[in-house]
Amino acid sequence: MHRVLSYPDAIREALDQEMSRDDSVLVMGQGVDDHKRILGTTRGLLEKFGPQRVFDTPLAEDGMTGVAIGAAMAGLRPIHSHIRMDFVLLAMNQLVNMAAKMSHMYSGALCVPMVVRSLIGKSWGQGAQHSQSIYPMLMNVPGLKIVAPTTPYDAKGALIQAIRDNNPVLMIEHRLLYYQRGYVPEESYTIPFGKGRVLAEGTDVTLVGVSHMAIECLRAHRYLREVGIRAEVIDPVSLNPLDMDCIFKSATKTGKLIVVDNAWTPCGAGAEIIARIAENRMLSAIECRRMGFAFVPCPTTPTLEALFYPSAHKIATEAYAMLRPGSPAWEPTTRLDVEEVEFKGPF
Amino acid sequence: MTNNKLKLTAQIFRSLYRIRRIEEKITQVYPMDKIKSPVHLSIGQEAVSVGVCEALEPQDVVFGTYRGHAMYLAKGGDLKSMIAELYGKVTGCAKGKGGSMHLIDKDHGVMGTSAIVGTTLPVSVGYALGLRYRESDAIVASFFGDGAVDEGAFHEGINFAALKKVPIIFICENNEYAIHSHHLRRRLADNMCERVRSYGIHARRIDNADVFKIYRFVKKYSMLIRSGQIGPVFIECMTARWREHVGPNEDFDFGYRTRGDIEHCVKNDQVQRLRCLLPGPVADRIIGEVETEIEEAFQFAEDSPFPDGVELFNDLFREA
Repeated sequence: MHRVLSYPDAIREALDQEMSRDDSVLVMGQGVDDHKRILGTTRGLLEKFGPQRVFDTPLAEDGMTGVAIGAAMAGLRPIHSHIRMDFVLLAMNQLVNMAAKMSHMYSGALCVPMVVRSLIGKSWGQGAQHSQSIYPMLMNVPGLKIVAPTTPYDAKGALIQAIRDNNPVLMIEHRLLYYQRGYVPEESYTIPFGKGRVLAEGTDVTLVGVSHMAIECLRAHRYLREVGIRAEVIDPVSLNPLDMDCIFKSATKTGKLIVVDNAWTPCGAGAEIIARIAENRMLSAIECRRMGFAFVPCPTTPTLEALFYPSAHKIATEAYAMLRPGSPAWEPTTRLDVEEVEFKGPF
Repeated sequence: MTNNKLKLTAQIFRSLYRIRRIEEKITQVYPMDKIKSPVHLSIGQEAVSVGVCEALEPQDVVFGTYRGHAMYLAKGGDLKSMIAELYGKVTGCAKGKGGSMHLIDKDHGVMGTSAIVGTTLPVSVGYALGLRYRESDAIVASFFGDGAVDEGAFHEGINFAALKKVPIIFICENNEYAIHSHHLRRRLADNMCERVRSYGIHARRIDNADVFKIYRFVKKYSMLIRSGQIGPVFIECMTARWREHVGPNEDFDFGYRTRGDIEHCVKNDQVQRLRCLLPGPVADRIIGEVETEIEEAFQFAEDSPFPDGVELFNDLFREA
């Protein structure tokens, strides 16, 4: 029997196991010890490990990031949580000027083994300041690792890897992925950074989806099957390092690539991936498209919000138009069984 | 003078004089373009770093700013590695990748200096939190200028330090200017200690950068902090930067301040003061030794190679 866990339970288990294994691991951030426990991901940790290792912080994102950096320099492994990634913008100075620089600027004399967890909101009117996904800004910074696991399996393995990593790692958790359930081994394990996953195999078009957009790509994959199009779906899992080999291989096979960012498209993961394809002369024939958030702040009303985000529907429509140019336009009819994609695993 | 007092005075004089002469040597070499880094000199401010660091224990750690030569040297940072770092040589403390503004010597408790004002403050608090978590008997001395007090990071950092009662001494080197902006153009009143006390931190101002006063203050409070009897302490040391904000020259002709503004500090120069307190032969011996050491350090930097190209990508990440 394969054990099934939800995405937040997979994170909770990773934290619990790592804190049990290594007493240098601390959990800090606003709400880590309140009754909601970061949507359950820090449940039970305060009771088990005590207030020295699990503590709330003042509303001082930049200062608390600095505190985490200092604690990491002193040999601890802090995990700093942000309940919305929008607040990471307040910590950019410490993340970019300090955490990302320490190892290189001092030629290896110091290192900063810390994890920054950040949740991305979506729907129920999250609006302009509770929906942002700023990983493209941080992909532009040398010295930071960025991981955006999609499945519960990867959430646990990536978090354990991040905690054991000797460098600052930003972990991106999409709020809607918290509904995902899937196979998660009970024992402790890591997944390597810089290794993408083929979530669905196909031969006609490659769909790369970042974070929750990998789910939308999987849904699009199912819609496209109805019209005989076989889409290959890739989840890059980590954005820095980025597994370009996995994408090159798939795009070479299909000749067509759509990258769906869980963010605005300019200077995003799509821009980066497609630029790297454009720079490779062997791959110059590959047809490429970017999809992502509409280039405006996120609105709250559902009608405009639906227009703002890429969706399985939009991705399938775009892929169809790319593959069947000149054919009458097609768009899928929404099916509930497709919209409820879950990972059954195992990987 | 008692033997102990003589010993301490000689020790403090050596550190003060050494820093002053190293900085002066930098000003001589700087026009030759051998130093490949902007320099923010500590000339005039040595007594703050020396007074604090002489009172610390070897296991204690310091965090500082881009004007960090004095702190680095006073805490025992390696001189040859520092000068080589300024020269951009591979033998430098950061193999030439940090420069004057980013000095490091972990073995002697120098945990880095930052060019972004105020950034080391919360980092030093986090380090102190780590020390307490590990039940270490070391404490942190966190140095910054009066400009840092304008930054949000300062207030975020000291609030958390007070809340968690971490083992740290905050040292504000108040030279009255953030680059060229006088502190009273940046805040309503000259009441830094009062503001710090409102966070629940014991704060004291020392007006004339008296090196012994600073030493005694840190000696007393570091013992109380080390033994866990009290939480963080704050000291505001009034001082003056004798040279320009960045670079080797004086800057009294640009209108933002006059030579007269720092005259009281020059008259009160702790390097000269301590030299006069010592018997002539003792001072002369120290001076001779320091001059030789400085010559050797600059020669070491001159003779060292630049880093190979491979260093560019090295150490971006720490491997497992």
